[in-house]
Amino acid sequence: MKSAILLGALALTIILLIALPWVVPYFYIFIGTEILIMGLFAASFNLVFGYTGMLSFGHAAFFGIGTYATAMLLLHLQWPLLACLLVSMGVGAVLALVIGFLSVRLNEVYFAMLTLAFGMMVFSIAHMWRSVTNGSDGIAGFTLGAFGLGIDLTLGNPAVYYHVVLAIVIVASLVLYLICRSSFGLTLQAIRQNAERVSFCGLNIRSYRLAAFTISGAFAGLAGGMMAPFLRVASPEMMHWATSAEPVLMSILGGTGYFLGPFVGSALFVLLETWITSVTQAWMLFLGIVLALMVMFFRRGILGTFLDWWLDKK
Amino acid sequence: MSGLGAALLNSLDIGLLLFVIAVGLNIVFGVLNVINFAHGALYMLGAYLAFTLMNLLGLSFIVALIVAPLAVAVIAVLIDRLVLRFIYERDVADSLLLTFALLLIINESVRMIWGSGIHTVQPPELLRGSVGIFGDTLYPVYSLFVIVVGLVLVAALWFIFNRTRAGKIMRAAALDRDMAEALCINTKLVVTGVFAFGAWLAALGGVVAAPMRAVDPGMGDKIIIESFIVVVIGGLGSFPGALAGAMVLGLIHGLGGRYLPEINLLLPFVGMALVLLFKPNGLMGKGANA
Repeated sequence: MKSAILLGALALTIILLIALPWVVPYFYIFIGTEILIMGLFAASFNLVFGYTGMLSFGHAAFFGIGTYATAMLLLHLQWPLLACLLVSMGVGAVLALVIGFLSVRLNEVYFAMLTLAFGMMVFSIAHMWRSVTNGSDGIAGFTLGAFGLGIDLTLGNPAVYYHVVLAIVIVASLVLYLICRSSFGLTLQAIRQNAERVSFCGLNIRSYRLAAFTISGAFAGLAGGMMAPFLRVASPEMMHWATSAEPVLMSILGGTGYFLGPFVGSALFVLLETWITSVTQAWMLFLGIVLALMVMFFRRGILGTFLDWWLDKK
Repeated sequence: MSGLGAALLNSLDIGLLLFVIAVGLNIVFGVLNVINFAHGALYMLGAYLAFTLMNLLGLSFIVALIVAPLAVAVIAVLIDRLVLRFIYERDVADSLLLTFALLLIINESVRMIWGSGIHTVQPPELLRGSVGIFGDTLYPVYSLFVIVVGLVLVAALWFIFNRTRAGKIMRAAALDRDMAEALCINTKLVVTGVFAFGAWLAALGGVVAAPMRAVDPGMGDKIIIESFIVVVIGGLGSFPGALAGAMVLGLIHGLGGRYLPEINLLLPFVGMALVLLFKPNGLMGKGANA
């Protein structure tokens, strides 16, 4: 009964999301696009944090390198968008594999430090390697061509681009969800709950962690890739730890215990950001305060707290 | 030869300052089992308070050196009592998240209070100018002062940890907090005290750094990354490790800046990656495997 209600609510949400460009003011199409992209980014982070129990403070590196990949391919080679996004996924995965190889073998505290440090290394490279990344100006001035697969779309139209993002995010989330529900995903959750015990069962924890981190990097790269045509620029700031903080806060805000938590968190986060930055410059201050309060008093997040209560109710 | 000598002195200078910051990080980790992501922000706070005391209130460097770290230590006590006490019994991830939130809060507050611009602080009269060492090579007096301060702190901290009651209590609480509690040690007080002491060290580093580095809102970010590299290279929770890590990173900066300026920025990370590949627990660390 309850799962039927949940499925119904999910279907209704998707229908509303599809109808969104026709019912809300023009400005909110951009908000909707950002929520979807950041939601996928946060969900990719939560595969590592909420499911596997590893706190990464460097996810902006995978997100940012995805943005750079798509932006540079569009600028230099004018590839179709779909091909660019696949490359973004690939580079995100490869970078995660390299950083993960060095980081996953150590404990939680080390992992948090190392992901932050390596993330900032990637940021420094983007900032300093002017001949390739154009330094702090970033990659801009690229034009959007075809989508790929012979599908004819005017990607420059925000409503069209919103629907493209919606379709990709739904497909990617479904894949991510199936990964979480597979025996591989269940093993990851077992590792979070008791790594020692899983290791006694004869599984190699390190390779499971590395696999989760790499998959997460791929989806973060995909999210980053979709950000390039949306923002029309790829800049080093997208790799700074301030960007890494965003999926962390979104996941905590929505709830790390449920697959859709990060998406709810992303919606709350982007709306809050829009409203707060229209009043004050001190967005990061609010971000910090909200994160601190959520961790101290509301650790299950908003969706998490609600679902815990509702599913528990007779 | 004199060029190399100056580069080595630079390395010592950078390394000792890093040691002061990283050892604070290490002490807090040892007792609280928390990596304080806001440690660099506290260092920055020390530098900004020194700037305020000296440039805006016209007080002397000595006053700043005494007052600013104490003020930051008081702030740290408030942070511990008002914020961190909620999560001491919880999962490690929660404390990491909370100190990360503190980092965002302090960084943005500094930007709001002092602006985004770069400030400079003059060294005191006595420590300005340069002296000739290694024959005719000139070396700034203030950098020599930093080296002296660093060496004094290394000796003082070694003495505190190994020869005083307070140091032994800290080490006991780091080894086994429950056992320390059973031996009538007020571990809550120790935790607050250690957190404040770590913050005091960070802020002291900030005040000492202020006259030779730019005081800007990004300085905390830079130093925390460097401190992480130091503790990864040296090994977390080890006093000699912090010293070794700081010296290695100091050498990377001092010599790298001289001989490999193009990739100087990447060298610390390369060093860290090499240590992780061959000695994952750091040069002197123990038991960090997942």
